[in-house]
Amino acid sequence: MTAGIDLGHPQAQAIRSDEDVVRVRQLVRGVAVAVKLSLVDQTKVVTAASELARNTLVYGGGGTVEVATVDNGRRRGVRIVFADSGPGIPDLDLAFTDGYTTGGGLGLGLSGARRLVDEFEIETSPETGTRITVTKWSR
Amino acid sequence: MERVPILKIGDILLVSIQLDMSDQTAVALQEDLAERIVATGCHGVIIDITALDIVDSFVGRMLSTIASISKVLDAETVVVGMRPAVAITLVELGLSLNGIRTALNVERGMELIAAARADELDYQLDDDPDAETATP
Ligand SMILES: Nc1ncnc2c1ncn2[C@@H]1O[C@H](COP(=O)(O)OP(=O)(O)OP(=O)(O)O)[C@@H](O)[C@H]1O
Ligand SMILES: [Mg+2]
Repeated sequence: MTAGIDLGHPQAQAIRSDEDVVRVRQLVRGVAVAVKLSLVDQTKVVTAASELARNTLVYGGGGTVEVATVDNGRRRGVRIVFADSGPGIPDLDLAFTDGYTTGGGLGLGLSGARRLVDEFEIETSPETGTRITVTKWSR
Repeated sequence: MERVPILKIGDILLVSIQLDMSDQTAVALQEDLAERIVATGCHGVIIDITALDIVDSFVGRMLSTIASISKVLDAETVVVGMRPAVAITLVELGLSLNGIRTALNVERGMELIAAARADELDYQLDDDPDAETATP
């Protein structure tokens, strides 16, 4: 479910190097603080963003991220969209299995990021690449 | 690329991570530490992550790798200063810091290394048949 009205303009950031992954973390942190997420929730959403930004770089061949504040009338939150035009993920069930990796990682990024946020959506295909939208709401 | 400084304090190497590290910086730290352990003959490494506001799978893996490398080089690694929010997030992420000793702060970390070192020496003595003494 993606209920929520966007507030203001999303902030965009290219993901082309590991320095950009650092910038994504800082951007997400700033917005998470602005919508008054608790310290633990800030930490969770920044960690999830770090995992997804690195996947965008390593497996998607780079891409973009958009960070926006959202408001559903009761709560505010941060919504982040990661997009790349890489090869897509052929088997999602497999990719979301803890420990599954094709890149010598720990295989925790996708499954862990999904646990750390409130909403997680993924669209992926070899033609369009991978697009992941996550939302974390204030409590 | 920025590099994380490594300080030598007595028989211990102290690494205090003060910046949001890029993956490259994390990998460089791993290599720098291995070289410093060999060059100095230090038997303990303390990694202070008080200033880190997140630990993701990459940094987590780096910490585990440093612990394994230092073990092979006869040094003990202790990670100190993990923030509560970071610990909570790590568990939910599913990251078990395999083989990593942790302590609350640098002082406790030093105690832990000293204790581990003493155990190790005891063990080596016990192993040596000539060192055996009859118990009354
Ligand atoms: N944006 C993407 N495009 C294509 N494939 C992807 C993408 N993101 C993830 N994958 C695939 O899903 C697998 C699992 O990703 P996940 O982030 O869970 O683990 P990892 O990156 O391999 O290791 P870790 O994140 O723990 O260091 C990857 O190994 C890769 O094959
Ligand atoms: Mg990953």
